[in-house]
Amino acid sequence: MRNAINKSRYGYYFVAPFFITFLIFGLAPIIYSLYLSFTNWDGFTDPVNIGFANYERLIHDSFFFKSIFNTFIIWILSVIPQVSLALALAIILNERFIRGKHFFRAVFYFPHIVTPVTLGVLFFLIFDWQTGSVNKVLMELGIIHAPVNWFNSPWLSRIIVAMVTMWQYFGLNMLIFIAGLQAIPNELYEAAEIDGASRWKIITKITLPLLKPVLMFTFITSIIGGLQLFDGPLMIGNGPDNSTTTMVMYLYQTAFKNFNYGYGAAVAYAIFFIILIFSLISIKFSKLNKVEQ
Amino acid sequence: MEIQGNKQLTLHMNGRRKIFKFKPTLGKILIYFILILIAVICLLPFYSMMITSTHTNSEISRKLLLTPGTEFMNNYERLIHTVPIWRGFINSLFITITSTALNLYFSALAGYGFSKFDFKGRNILFLCVLGTMMIPSQLGIIGFFKLMNSFHMLNTYWPIILPSISNAFGIFFMKQMADSSVPKEILEAGRIDGCSEVGIFHKLVLPMLMPAVATLGIFSFIGKWNDFLTPMIILFDNDLQPLPVMIASVKSQFSTDFGAMYVGIVISVIPILIFFSIISKKIISGVTTGALKG
Repeated sequence: MRNAINKSRYGYYFVAPFFITFLIFGLAPIIYSLYLSFTNWDGFTDPVNIGFANYERLIHDSFFFKSIFNTFIIWILSVIPQVSLALALAIILNERFIRGKHFFRAVFYFPHIVTPVTLGVLFFLIFDWQTGSVNKVLMELGIIHAPVNWFNSPWLSRIIVAMVTMWQYFGLNMLIFIAGLQAIPNELYEAAEIDGASRWKIITKITLPLLKPVLMFTFITSIIGGLQLFDGPLMIGNGPDNSTTTMVMYLYQTAFKNFNYGYGAAVAYAIFFIILIFSLISIKFSKLNKVEQ
Repeated sequence: MEIQGNKQLTLHMNGRRKIFKFKPTLGKILIYFILILIAVICLLPFYSMMITSTHTNSEISRKLLLTPGTEFMNNYERLIHTVPIWRGFINSLFITITSTALNLYFSALAGYGFSKFDFKGRNILFLCVLGTMMIPSQLGIIGFFKLMNSFHMLNTYWPIILPSISNAFGIFFMKQMADSSVPKEILEAGRIDGCSEVGIFHKLVLPMLMPAVATLGIFSFIGKWNDFLTPMIILFDNDLQPLPVMIASVKSQFSTDFGAMYVGIVISVIPILIFFSIISKKIISGVTTGALKG
């Protein structure tokens, strides 16, 4: 026992590398960014303190508000079909009679591990109105007669970005739902079957209520992830009239393309604030749900 | 029919197909049809990409391509002439392997530290670790850029590799694993034998954590391989950039040369496809354990 007490200080040495590295590469940049958000740093001259000017500019910046709007539209258009599809597929692939389960799981999950930048370029090419295969296929099938200029329409562009995002993430969520389904004890299903419950009743009365914590978890992570959407949309492009510029794309373009680093830092804090509010709302919402149960 | 079978099912899972023979009803055919349709949607873009990369630009713009052509090498030559894509591949390998090694070692170290040492403030410090997971990665990116500039680390690999030491999810995962798979008696035995604390970690704990290291390693590898924003702002030299940054520059440099662009993304996807087809079982079970722990 004495030995164990003596040794416990070694714990500090073991966890110290995390905290030292996080201080240098994580926390210091965050605090430094806060300072820079009150300056006009352009990357070439020394930062000069300009007080709240960046934040005042932010409140009147219609491009930033448009990027918030775009992000939310793309998030809603992608998350609702994505979670529904993932849930339906998880329930189907959890059925006993399906063969080739591993094959389907693997194929559905595969898009998620491909580099998002590459996927962005791939879909930019596939939806290109002159050379892309989507238009060629649709014309071949006789669905359209002239090539559609997808990236010329704000809403089509947003839908494409949302569909690509959905295509990329539904496999991951499906695997998480399958893990949740397998954690539901088998006896519950057996009891329901003995009671003569229909398959649909079993899904709505047993599966979905017991899956609620997993659904909430997915919902929260998809908010945090969806609001940070960046790599793929950046490669697909800004869309007409910046209609697919997401918040993080706006941050990147402000700071690293237009060299408004000071203003970019303010944008970064605004994005953090928005994500924080939505995370807190969704956590609160999931707690309320727990209380109800 | 199913009710009777359930007990047998739990006894011998593999024998169930012999016990029941389902008649292919309309519903089941429909379900398989949907599953196969979605599988095709998942794979078709990759097929189209490979086929298109083997044709000339004029063919690509003229007609729908369904069969392989002969122009791959010509497209490839034009790509290689401007963008050192294999250099990017090597850079990506180097960055990913070193970052993953650091991430695994230090996650295991700190996870073990949180799991087995009862030091003062342990719970608060662990909450801090979890708290860092909630911070969006772009929040400090501008301060990071300026700070790395003043450290003279811009255009080097240090700012990309070193932060891998502080991976909060890795520590959380390793702590869970150390809680369940490292018995305290073994540590006591090691101490009685006169092993140093670091020696105990290296010789006794790390081997026991190897299954967890493998799972975490796959995800750390994939995550780092696909990492884009940090390398893009830190590395200016073409010869230092990893693959995703090169793909982005392929897109901006070959604005009308579609054949070369397609070759670029083929080179980026094929290694991932091979990697995934070899260890897809391990990856998928890793996602599931990760989901259950989280």
